[in-house]
Amino acid sequence: MSELKLISVTKRFNQVVAVNKLNLEVRKGECFSFLGPSGCGKTTTLRMIAGFEDLDEGELIVDGEVYSSSYKKYYLPPEKRDFGMVFQAFAVWPHLTVWDNVAFPLQIRRIPKIEMEKRVKEALQSTGLSAIKDLYPSKLSGGEQQRIALARAVAINPKVMLLDEPLSNLDPKLREEMRFEIKDLQRRFGFTILYVTHDQAEAMALSDRMLVMNLGVVQQVGKPLEIYNEPANKFVFSFIGLSNFLKVRVRQGRAFPLGQEEGSPISDEAPTDLGDTCYAAFRPGEVDLVSTSSGSGISGVVTRSTFLGDLVDYRISIGSQEIRVQKPKKNGLLRNGEACRVRINRIHWFPLD
Amino acid sequence: MVDIYTKPKISVAQIVLLFSILVLVVVVGIPVILIFLTAFFEDGKLNIPGFVQILKDPDTYQALWNSLVIAFGTTLVSTTVGVFFAWLVARTDLPFKKTMKALFLVPFMLPSFIGALAWKVLLSPRAGYINKFLMALLGLENAPIDIMSMGGIIVIESMYLFPFVFLQVESALERMDPTLEESARISGAGLLTITRKITLPLVLPSILSGALLVALYSLAHFGVPAILGTEKGIYNIPTKIYERIYSSGGSFRAIRVGTILSTILVISAALILKAQDLLLKKGKYQIIAGKSMRPMLLKLRALRTPLLIVSILYIGITVILPTVTIFLVGGLKTYGLSFELKNLTWANYLEIFRWKMTKDAIWNSVYLSLGAALVTMLAGTMISYVIVKSRPRGKFILELLGVLPFSLPGTVIALGVILTWSGRFGINIYNTPWIIFVAYVARYMAFSLKSNSAALQQVSDSLEEASRACGATHFQTLKNIVLPLIRPGMISAFFLIFLPALRELTTSVLLYGPTTRTIGVAIYALNEDGETVRAAALASVALIIILVGETSIRNFLARLQKQE
Repeated sequence: MSELKLISVTKRFNQVVAVNKLNLEVRKGECFSFLGPSGCGKTTTLRMIAGFEDLDEGELIVDGEVYSSSYKKYYLPPEKRDFGMVFQAFAVWPHLTVWDNVAFPLQIRRIPKIEMEKRVKEALQSTGLSAIKDLYPSKLSGGEQQRIALARAVAINPKVMLLDEPLSNLDPKLREEMRFEIKDLQRRFGFTILYVTHDQAEAMALSDRMLVMNLGVVQQVGKPLEIYNEPANKFVFSFIGLSNFLKVRVRQGRAFPLGQEEGSPISDEAPTDLGDTCYAAFRPGEVDLVSTSSGSGISGVVTRSTFLGDLVDYRISIGSQEIRVQKPKKNGLLRNGEACRVRINRIHWFPLD
Repeated sequence: MVDIYTKPKISVAQIVLLFSILVLVVVVGIPVILIFLTAFFEDGKLNIPGFVQILKDPDTYQALWNSLVIAFGTTLVSTTVGVFFAWLVARTDLPFKKTMKALFLVPFMLPSFIGALAWKVLLSPRAGYINKFLMALLGLENAPIDIMSMGGIIVIESMYLFPFVFLQVESALERMDPTLEESARISGAGLLTITRKITLPLVLPSILSGALLVALYSLAHFGVPAILGTEKGIYNIPTKIYERIYSSGGSFRAIRVGTILSTILVISAALILKAQDLLLKKGKYQIIAGKSMRPMLLKLRALRTPLLIVSILYIGITVILPTVTIFLVGGLKTYGLSFELKNLTWANYLEIFRWKMTKDAIWNSVYLSLGAALVTMLAGTMISYVIVKSRPRGKFILELLGVLPFSLPGTVIALGVILTWSGRFGINIYNTPWIIFVAYVARYMAFSLKSNSAALQQVSDSLEEASRACGATHFQTLKNIVLPLIRPGMISAFFLIFLPALRELTTSVLLYGPTTRTIGVAIYALNEDGETVRAAALASVALIIILVGETSIRNFLARLQKQE
């Protein structure tokens, strides 16, 4: 059953279309991410769901009930939506203690004292804040402040939890740790998560399903693995992980790097419906580099090799184009200027822009 | 031969430090010490009973009490009005917000004693125009409103002091991270609850620091109580000190009473500043963070137009009405006539520039404020540099002396300057413009230090170090790197001193001689002599000078900022 439904939602700021005819259904208990570069409309979408922004067009339906509708000019105010929300800048109240911050939404709802104390305690316990409940937030680290925000959001047992880049103000190590904590909280409290992020690894790690957005338009919706394996277009492919785009000429299903049409093809299974030239897209890890003596593969020259620890990062020039390749160190090092042959294992085909 | 560089015994930095200490000691240190000495010692002996006795004297005790009541009342009213309008501008959908915000700062431009003069003309119980009008309209025997009372003084002071609170609170509300309020909203709180439990507590430090500024100012304020209270026998500390010294012809006994009352003022001011310091430290919330989204605005709906009208009426009543009154009264042929065209004349205004007393007053104010602004700015730059940047031994003395000017009310400075510069140390500049000049430097040193050290703190040490590493000497670094970078701070210090000095009354009223009246003193004296029309005419001229000054300076600063 779907918990939350956006129907043809559009939002404009002055003349700029921030979100364009967005349709979406999020299921109950799902962890759903909005992924995209900054300014793509993901935060605006979340703020419309929270009720902070009105819709220029469209409707938002939660649990079968209309929450926002541009047609009926009806907007349930944010304070009546019973959502939990966590902001990038933490937004914990500096004049209240940890305990009072978490108790605030319950006090507003006039929850009886005994029940309230029980729920605050539970929220603090599940975020590991019990020991510091009487401190003021300004004395605490960023990670602790964000835990307060999480505790405050889960205390009311929300139907839906809205997270707006909650981890991007934290350092990388803490960020990874907090992902698991958020998942744990979801397991314990059973809410639906809507998660906004520009970090694809975060979205992949957390989400049951996700949506990739660019310039206000939805590019693809699906499970993380689907999106990784079957990117709908060039933007999605480039946004999810490192990517190479090699311009190729296709002749009878055989694809040659532009300008190297005499040598061996990079693939003989290229689609014929994308025109004469198109992009062959692939990840830096999906490439084999072999020595020139081994025959097959297109020829290239190492222009730069960088030792990254476990991996070696190469820039290989193929004609006038350059690709990036990452190989494990154990495969041996190629030197700068060394000629090599390149075999690409897994290729996605996209039309030219 | 090897050339060995040996450090001179006294470095340039030390000379500058010593010179800075000397300036502060002479300008503020000695006057303050002399005030305390005169207050506590008599004939070379500690005299606490004498001190207590003067405080117990009903006359001085009453002045002390009045000062406190006026300060408390003014602070309360200004804070309420200031917070309300700040909230209205920053957090509601009031129309024409930008204009309204600018308008709410206009009362700053109107000197409060000129405002008081206008209100006396309108609302004095005997001859106030509005009172006479109301009496005729309603057939009353007595005047319905008496502005020449404690309540009147509080209301008029608040009218011109509330921008202190407005400015602080409005900017805090504007810079506050809106997600702090949004997260309360998503937690289920309505706008009223959010305002009460989140917004107001978060800007509380700004509210309090604005309120304390008002308290500091009104506690030691001379102009409004002098114009509205003296005639009715209502005195606060500054007007009592003035009355005692003036009526005794500057006797030492009167000055001694003055120093005792001054001691109370200095201690109160120091306590207020300490409270502010503690608040700022405790209230150092990080409320400015994150990406700034538009803060949510309360939709006023049906109240939108009425509240706009209230705001405009407020400005109209507090600024436009008194200004127009001053100009009209200044043009009357005789005071008391009605404001009809046949009763008005330009001659009064022209006379201001012909009559020696008023002509002198304008000239004195202009050159004294320009001179004091220039000297105080330069001295402040030097002292701030030593305090902020160099770390020589003995710096703590300077820091101690540097805070002193902040807690010295104008009356106290005047007394200290009298004690110091009327011959005790072989220099007698009493009755000359120099004594006013010295007093202005002492009075406005705090402004200069604040503005300059704020600018210097923006200049990171590494910028100077980079210049030294490039081979520049200390002096070249100062000239080519530091001074150009802090120039905006210096310029703003200059104007922060020049503009208030131009309209100064509290200090100069205790220091003027027969030929050294300032504009403020001349207006006050004319009013005292019952020359209301001439006082108003001079006040009109002063208002025009201030208006022209403020606008051209604002334009100049705006252009400067564009250049940077």
